[in-house]
Amino acid sequence: MKSDTRKTLFSFLGELVVYGLLVVAYFFLVLHFLGGWLSHLDKQNIKLYALVSIGLIIGQAVVLEWVTTFIFRLLRGRSE
Amino acid sequence: MIFLAMHFPISGTDISPVYLVVIGFLIGILGGFFGVGGSFIAGPALRAVGMHWNYAVGTDLAHIVGKSVVAAKRHRALGNVDLRLGLIMALGTIAGAEVGAQLIQLLKRLGNVDFVVSIVSIVIYFSISFFVVWESWKTVRLQKKKGGKAAKGRQAKDESSFAGLTNTMHRIPLWPMVSLPTSGIKAISLWVIIVVSFVGGLFSGFLGGGAGYIRMPMMVYILGIPTHLAVGTDLFEIIISASYGTFSHAIKGNVDILVALVMNTGAAVGAQIGAILTQYFAGPKIRLFFVPLPVIGAAIVLYTLFTGHKL
Repeated sequence: MKSDTRKTLFSFLGELVVYGLLVVAYFFLVLHFLGGWLSHLDKQNIKLYALVSIGLIIGQAVVLEWVTTFIFRLLRGRSE
Repeated sequence: MIFLAMHFPISGTDISPVYLVVIGFLIGILGGFFGVGGSFIAGPALRAVGMHWNYAVGTDLAHIVGKSVVAAKRHRALGNVDLRLGLIMALGTIAGAEVGAQLIQLLKRLGNVDFVVSIVSIVIYFSISFFVVWESWKTVRLQKKKGGKAAKGRQAKDESSFAGLTNTMHRIPLWPMVSLPTSGIKAISLWVIIVVSFVGGLFSGFLGGGAGYIRMPMMVYILGIPTHLAVGTDLFEIIISASYGTFSHAIKGNVDILVALVMNTGAAVGAQIGAILTQYFAGPKIRLFFVPLPVIGAAIVLYTLFTGHKL
């Protein structure tokens, strides 16, 4: 394997591991802090529940990837 | 033991989070690679562990939104998303999904919805599979006949044996014409794009899920979008249509967002792997690998039809 390809592959795998950990942490944070509220919202205010649901699922994807990219940019900046 | 079963209060089900993550991961890879939502696997997988039909459909859509955002972002970074095409298609898809849902309501009133939907889906799934096998095989053979050392992966020219149909579609002079520079299309009637996305949406509303299994091949063969771009753009378009579907299902009380978030932990990682993998395969190969997906969908419907057990 060429060194460039190997470097890219390791960088991708590293990002994937960090992203995976963040995604899991995000779920447990939502479950801990919002679990009861979401369950209550589902019964009391279904429209708000629908909006919060979409926000949470898009947030999980967008914000966490942004955080991962930010962490790696920070790490690369320090190593250079 | 959290790894055995976890209680999800919104849908009132007990499901192992590990099971949800693994299912999400597998669907994520398929979604990132083929540009499909994967509801034909996710729906039965959720129902198999005791989730009610309505929650399975709504929750599956919610997880598709998250996974598609991740995969589409990765595809966009790889230059595989045509934003203009995706936005136009979203309009047709939403309209088609509404008409498909109304058709279901009509069949419900007539009392034969399950049988009609099953037969239509089996015919559609098998037709897509046979057609894609035939076309991709023909294209791969054509490329080999042309000889020379073929380029591999994305560098390989994305040819299709159905170029004749594509050219005819591009020549339809129905105003307004739009250009799609990202997809390499100089001019195509807006109505052709709308009709293609409307048909995809119609099947989405009629058969359930995102209907990527029909939209992705139509984008390649009818609109002439290169396969890699069709995959990425389809994912981008799924974000809009699945968000609309999620909201619509959520206000009907059909979404358990906590289940969707657990599924998305696996799906988000799988989708990135799937998206990266597309870079190592040429268009006809991706289309050829796509074939088992509709066959799995047809097998599930056949099983339901013969056993009466709804997966």
